[in-house]
Amino acid sequence: MTSPAYKPIRDRLASTVVDLPRSGIRDFFDIVSQMKEVISLGVGEPDFTTPWHIREGTMYSLEQGQTGYTSNLGMPKLRKAISGYVERTFGPSYHPDKEILITVGVSEALDLAVRALCNPGDEVIYHEPCYVSYRPLITLAHAKPVILETSAEDNFRVTAERLRPLITERTKLLILNFPNNPTGGGLSAEDVKGIAELAVEKDLIVITDEIYSELTYDRPHVSIAAMPGMRDRTIFLHGFSKALAMTGWRIGFACAPPELTEAMMKIHQYTMLCAPVMSQEAAYQALRHPERDIQEMKESYWRRRNFLHASFVSIGLKCQKPEGAFYMFPEIRDFGISSKEFAIKLLEQEQVAAVPGTAFGACGEGHLRCCYATSMEQLKVAVTRIERFIGGLK
Amino acid sequence: MDRLIALLKENARISLEDAALQLDMSPEEVATALENLEVAGVIRAYQAIVNEDKLEADQVTAVIEVKVTPEREGGFDHIASRICRYPEVTSMYLMSGQYDLMLFVEGPDLRTVATFVSARLSSIPGVTGTATHFRLKTYKHHGVLMEQDQAHERLQVSP
Repeated sequence: MTSPAYKPIRDRLASTVVDLPRSGIRDFFDIVSQMKEVISLGVGEPDFTTPWHIREGTMYSLEQGQTGYTSNLGMPKLRKAISGYVERTFGPSYHPDKEILITVGVSEALDLAVRALCNPGDEVIYHEPCYVSYRPLITLAHAKPVILETSAEDNFRVTAERLRPLITERTKLLILNFPNNPTGGGLSAEDVKGIAELAVEKDLIVITDEIYSELTYDRPHVSIAAMPGMRDRTIFLHGFSKALAMTGWRIGFACAPPELTEAMMKIHQYTMLCAPVMSQEAAYQALRHPERDIQEMKESYWRRRNFLHASFVSIGLKCQKPEGAFYMFPEIRDFGISSKEFAIKLLEQEQVAAVPGTAFGACGEGHLRCCYATSMEQLKVAVTRIERFIGGLK
Repeated sequence: MDRLIALLKENARISLEDAALQLDMSPEEVATALENLEVAGVIRAYQAIVNEDKLEADQVTAVIEVKVTPEREGGFDHIASRICRYPEVTSMYLMSGQYDLMLFVEGPDLRTVATFVSARLSSIPGVTGTATHFRLKTYKHHGVLMEQDQAHERLQVSP
């Protein structure tokens, strides 16, 4: 008996998913994971463990049996703590009962925000090089990604002047991420003000992913949500992963006007129900006295940024001094090979892993993302090896 | 200045060049700042943090609570300065609460430490009482855990 005709799985998959490219990071990860004794500048997370009082407080809550669902929006005490923290750190005030949604990392919040707002064909402007999930999330929402390419010459800034020509009748959203992964770039208060005025003029909604904001080194971080006329057209995304070393807890939040929060919450309640209760408790513990924890870790990143930047410059790598986050984005185009080739050869010859700039968008070509959230000893060895490697390329 | 001290408290063996790179200063600036701190007596010494429990030779450490009668002239400082000059005393603090001075005393064995307390310490005029507690194990010293945490597997590459 012949089996009934079997259509290959690939032909049954949703076309948006089939067309979704694999993350360049995953490709690279597969190569690195085969190797031993690698010094990795390839991670996107802190090298600290979550501060002890956060872990201890969370364990206590588990001992006490706090293991059930929470409200869809998230624990009231956590939303209240977030409301206070956001107001004193960034300026705008959000009502804990109507304007704050606890999510599974900023990643989920971003997905909810884009899906809550986009109809098929709506245009979403975002800037590259950027975090790997912006474009796929826009595509998955059947919206059209519109890229603003930033460059080293302009310190990877986004300005109103560069945004204006990209705005059309169909532009629905603008996504910003500063301080930026992978470039470490930031925006001045002046830049932010200009973008805000344009958003008001063109009646755009802005999603601002400010996950790295506490790690801003040379000038105060300015949130676009705090600009005149912006609070009610901004979805402010933030979380605990980077500044409080909590990546694995997967906990973040969105602050937005009530109708937007309600729309995001609708998707969240049917897909996620609520963020994990122990992670919410950890976030609550984190917000009890966050300033000291953050300051200590920030100081350590600041030192390593100074060290790695000065070292790169001294071995002849062109490199912007990053304003925030924990990434350096040196230029390697003078060596005459592509970012990917550079990264793979560096890995094979010197066992140093850094991510090719193209993993963060085509205009990342000619760059390498080096994360300095690793020990000083490792950074020193990495610099020696990179120096030897580029010596061989010349 | 505070940043330099914080860096040295983490790693006092750091070179001038490395400290300069990390603090965005020149090596000369670091050297001058360091000298000023030493001259001003802010930095008193550079020492290694040792896990005594891993050493072959046994070493006994006692924490001793000492009650004293403060003097009319000089308060606690005079008597304290007499006690802290004994080399057996490795740390000493004036405390609030039930007793006045807290001493850390080290010796090669129990008997030596006990003798120090009974023969030397108790006989100092003004010392009215002592309570001696022997250290059994060190978990943490000067902010450093004595047991190294298990290395945690971190992804080599992540977005």
